Amino acid sequence: MSAGEQALTGMPGVPLSLRGPAPTRVVAGFGFWLFLLSDIIIFAALFATYAVLSHSTAGGPSAAELFDKKHVFLETMCLLASSVTCGFGSLAIQRTDARAMYFWMGVTFLLGACFLAMEGREFASMVAAGSGPSHSAFLSAFFTLVGTHGLHVTVGLVWLVVMLLQVATLGFQPMVSRRFFCYGLFWHALDIVWIGVFTIVYLGAK
Amino acid sequence: MVVTEKLCGLAHAAMEFPRRLRCSARHWLRDRTSPFPGRSVVGILLGCMMLASCSEGVLDPHGQVGRAERVILGDATAIMLAVVIPVIILTLVFAWWFRAGNRRAVYRPEWEYSGRIELIIWAIPTLVILFLGGIAWIGSHDLDPPKPLDSATPPLEVEVVSLDWRWLFIYPREHIATINYLVVPTGVPVHFRLTSTSVMNSFFIPQLGSQIYTMPGMTTQLNLQADSPGTYAGLSAQFSGPGFSDMRFTLRAEPIERFEGWVAQVRAGSGVLNEPILAQLVRPTRAAGELTYGSVPRDPFEMVAGGHMATLWSPKEAL
Amino acid sequence: MFGRLTWSAIPFDQPIVMGTCAAVGVVLLVIFALVTFKGWWPYLWREWITSVDHKRIGAMYMILGLVMLVRGFSDAIMMRTQQALAAGHAAGYLPPEHFDQIFSAHGTIMIFFVAMPFVIGLMNFALPLQLGVRDVAFPKLNSVSFWLTAAGVLLVNLSLFVGEFARTGWLAYPPLSELAYSPGVGVDYYLWSLQLSGLGTLLSGINLTTTILKLRAPGMGYKRMPVFCWTALASNLLIVAAFPVLTATFAMLLLDRYCGFHFFTNDLGGNPMMYINLIWIWGHPEVYILILPAFGVFSEVVATFSGKPLFGYRSMVLATMAICVLSFMVWLHHFFTMGAGADVNGFFGIATMIIAVPTGVKVFNWLFTLYGARVQYNVPVYWTLGFIVTFVIGGMTGVLMAIPPADFVLHNSLFLIAHFHNVVIGGVVFGVMAGMTYWFPKAFGFKLNERLGKAVFWCWFIGFYLAFMPLYALGLMGATRRMQHYPDTHWQPLMLVALSGAVVILLGIVLTVIQIAVSIRQRHANRDRSGDPWNARTLEWSIPSPPPAWNFTRLPSVEGTDAYWHMKKEGTAQRPLPGAYVDLHLPRNSPVGVFLAFFAVTLGFALIWRIYWLAAVGLVGAVVVALIESWKTDLAIRVPAPEVEAFEHAHATAPLRGPSGSRDTVHDDVVATSGDRS
Repeated sequence: MSAGEQALTGMPGVPLSLRGPAPTRVVAGFGFWLFLLSDIIIFAALFATYAVLSHSTAGGPSAAELFDKKHVFLETMCLLASSVTCGFGSLAIQRTDARAMYFWMGVTFLLGACFLAMEGREFASMVAAGSGPSHSAFLSAFFTLVGTHGLHVTVGLVWLVVMLLQVATLGFQPMVSRRFFCYGLFWHALDIVWIGVFTIVYLGAK
Repeated sequence: MVVTEKLCGLAHAAMEFPRRLRCSARHWLRDRTSPFPGRSVVGILLGCMMLASCSEGVLDPHGQVGRAERVILGDATAIMLAVVIPVIILTLVFAWWFRAGNRRAVYRPEWEYSGRIELIIWAIPTLVILFLGGIAWIGSHDLDPPKPLDSATPPLEVEVVSLDWRWLFIYPREHIATINYLVVPTGVPVHFRLTSTSVMNSFFIPQLGSQIYTMPGMTTQLNLQADSPGTYAGLSAQFSGPGFSDMRFTLRAEPIERFEGWVAQVRAGSGVLNEPILAQLVRPTRAAGELTYGSVPRDPFEMVAGGHMATLWSPKEAL
Repeated sequence: MFGRLTWSAIPFDQPIVMGTCAAVGVVLLVIFALVTFKGWWPYLWREWITSVDHKRIGAMYMILGLVMLVRGFSDAIMMRTQQALAAGHAAGYLPPEHFDQIFSAHGTIMIFFVAMPFVIGLMNFALPLQLGVRDVAFPKLNSVSFWLTAAGVLLVNLSLFVGEFARTGWLAYPPLSELAYSPGVGVDYYLWSLQLSGLGTLLSGINLTTTILKLRAPGMGYKRMPVFCWTALASNLLIVAAFPVLTATFAMLLLDRYCGFHFFTNDLGGNPMMYINLIWIWGHPEVYILILPAFGVFSEVVATFSGKPLFGYRSMVLATMAICVLSFMVWLHHFFTMGAGADVNGFFGIATMIIAVPTGVKVFNWLFTLYGARVQYNVPVYWTLGFIVTFVIGGMTGVLMAIPPADFVLHNSLFLIAHFHNVVIGGVVFGVMAGMTYWFPKAFGFKLNERLGKAVFWCWFIGFYLAFMPLYALGLMGATRRMQHYPDTHWQPLMLVALSGAVVILLGIVLTVIQIAVSIRQRHANRDRSGDPWNARTLEWSIPSPPPAWNFTRLPSVEGTDAYWHMKKEGTAQRPLPGAYVDLHLPRNSPVGVFLAFFAVTLGFALIWRIYWLAAVGLVGAVVVALIESWKTDLAIRVPAPEVEAFEHAHATAPLRGPSGSRDTVHDDVVATSGDRS
């Protein structure tokens, strides 16, 4: 760093915008936030499409007739709980407590897998009953919106396994911690999107 | 002080203009440092283009809708040119006067802000846009395609179906139909209801005014009127596949007596638009001519507009 | 086994295509042979293909854009020729099934594979240098972005030789783009190549936004950033916000085509209007993504070659961010004729006009930068003056069509075509050419040939007016777009004039290639050893040309706008810098970009032809590549302090000659008089 650089960053009260390049962790986190925002915009487009097409049932069953709210409530609880356990796991990483991390992240994985299993059952039963995505615009929109979220959850589970393997092989390096931090952001963001899905698709079904 | 100075500078520049122009023409061949010749090329071209387009199309409307739209085009262009032309001239004047070789120009290397100028440069576009925005709002409402035209005469109803790749016109009250041509009475508003069998098209008669999309499974509306007799070209303005360029039709405007005579003649003639004929019409066809149907026992428009006649075609079949 | 892929996919019966295939094949073979026999592969692999250096990646984007400009422009010449021939009963030489592919490819290529790479390339090269930092926020991701764009390019070019391209126009409206009416692979080529390059662009947007917001030299607060960085910020924010909509929309169309979904079909409730809304919610911000960096280039060029700061810095920034936000609120003006009603049409018309206000403010700011200047007529200034004159005309016709009733008679006509070419060529292309000429000496250490540069400008300027002014007239005469033939024979003379304009522009493109070749040959005569050939104002000119991999030996300490101008005035701009040198760390090169792109092309090609086992190979391969890369821990290389010091001393600046610190005699008195108050 130049003398001027040091002077600037060392001085108290120097605004963040003047301190020079931010540390790697801040840069990585910020970039990942931007990625999450872009992902949420994909969901926004899917939500908008769902809203427009939600009544285009082409003579088939409507949302209210198809959805089992109790089932969805259970799914939601699984996913929300998995966010809590993910939080505990993140705290364990900050403490570099490997055993606690494996435990909490393992529970997170199981809860996420439960969510996916239940969602998969819901999809399968709808398809078997002749309400698959190719039967109407409403169903196409439903399966795509909820399915895209499910796809993200699947990617999240795979990513979690990869992260656990990375901790096992590389240890708690700054690079690994950064990635886990981003993973946490991802997992919690999926929760937020699910709350939107739950509200607009399932609770909003008439 | 600064203002008078600036004005003097500009006045100076203006007075120097002809001399500099002659000078620049001489220098042009030698060192090509002047952008002026490009500007004269632009001007000549623009002039030619404008003259060429005055005798047909959008700038030669024969209906009240088209005329109103031409007024808007003209007014809006004039207002904007009042800003655009001075800006272009000023750009070239500044760039010329303040060229590095001109030692008489005052060099102001620290001058980068002036509150008064900021106010003006935000104000000018804002005022123009305020004015044009008013035109846009009022015009959108006055010339909204589904809005009935101001007329004492009740409108003629015509239903339009865009096929692949020709136009079907149904006169629901007269129970006749035509392909690729229309006859309407002059001075009578025509109320169009439009739909499509397969892909999007756009129904457009440039000399009468607005166009409107035709979409499968949906009905759009348009109101036009022909004020003088004549034959007006029509086309599709939304690309719709291999036969798109063939989707030309004509609209013949005739005095009402002759129109009624034409209707009677058609009804007396042959040609029935029944379901088998319709099923054949919706198949992909290239460059088909005009057809007439003297009898339409059941108006197919609602059936098409409800999406029940969606056709499927493969590009191979269509060629 | 091979899905739908059969030998009949290769158009053996189309001589033009087969001839092109042969020519391209020969050229590629020659290049391959040359590189192999000269032993350049290790150099290319090490220094370019696996490079994560923003300067190299920026240069590769520019080369990609130039190559695709040739293809996109060939399409243009073919279209102009067809329309010049096919008047009255003449059919021209391109039947609809070819003409329709050509205009679709022309638009797709020009926007996605010429304009975007050019603009992203310029931003890639210049941003870290202007911000005073070593590289972008995520250098490896930068490489991935470039190679994904290249993957899209490869797929689009493959469509010429294996299969067909879309026949739907560059935005592929349904129902025409649905399986029912486009059963071939053309639309699939279109969709997959754009999904891949779109992902690359989105990642680039994230990368550059993070760079601008989190990686700047110490002291460079937001109000001290160069205006180019502000326009780049606005453009990249738009990329992050808009490209996901494109991804989602194309994904829905792909689901319709591959899995029988009904988002936009005619039956079972599909709604094509939804596609049109979504695609334009992306489409309008897209054009601002392209034009904003061009505006930034002009701001830099005007200020530099006027020898004074840009007029109205704050209002420029305000105008830029206003354009950024407003660009999301105007999308419906692309389909006023769909019949949304007077209130909706009126709202969007007014919103569109409101964008004209900050744009007009920018023009005035450039104008008043010229006031009180000492303008040097370098090639970038030619482009800038040509831009101002041309762009305001295009902007005017745009505001004209923003009035819904005016649009009702001009929508989809050749007037519309003329308008958007007016603003894209007059704005984006002119800006890219100005930026290329302006930053070329920084990238390569020698200037481009001035005389040829001016010839290129005149060809584009005159060619543009010849090609598109007739189209304004034709649009008013009732000519619509995408006509394969037309009945009105008296339109033919105007079409011929338009063709002549295209030929003049073609000359300009040829001259650009010649200019680059000649400049390379003359590089020793045009060598710039100062790093600051234009006597410029921003930080990229404070380092040697070409810059070292680490850009700045020490990150500069910024004290105001036009940081380098300040440094020159204070006398702190000389090299080598006093004080001790430290080891520098740079990101290691990585093949992850090119490997990911390889599997991406495999995935895309396989999906297009419905070869699902190969698609799985592509997907798994990509995932494996990413995983392997993510396990690498040795990510940095160390540049030892002595090497840095040696470089600095080798690129020392000449001793100070005056209070300005300028090294160029021509500009000495310009800077020396900067203290005048007149």
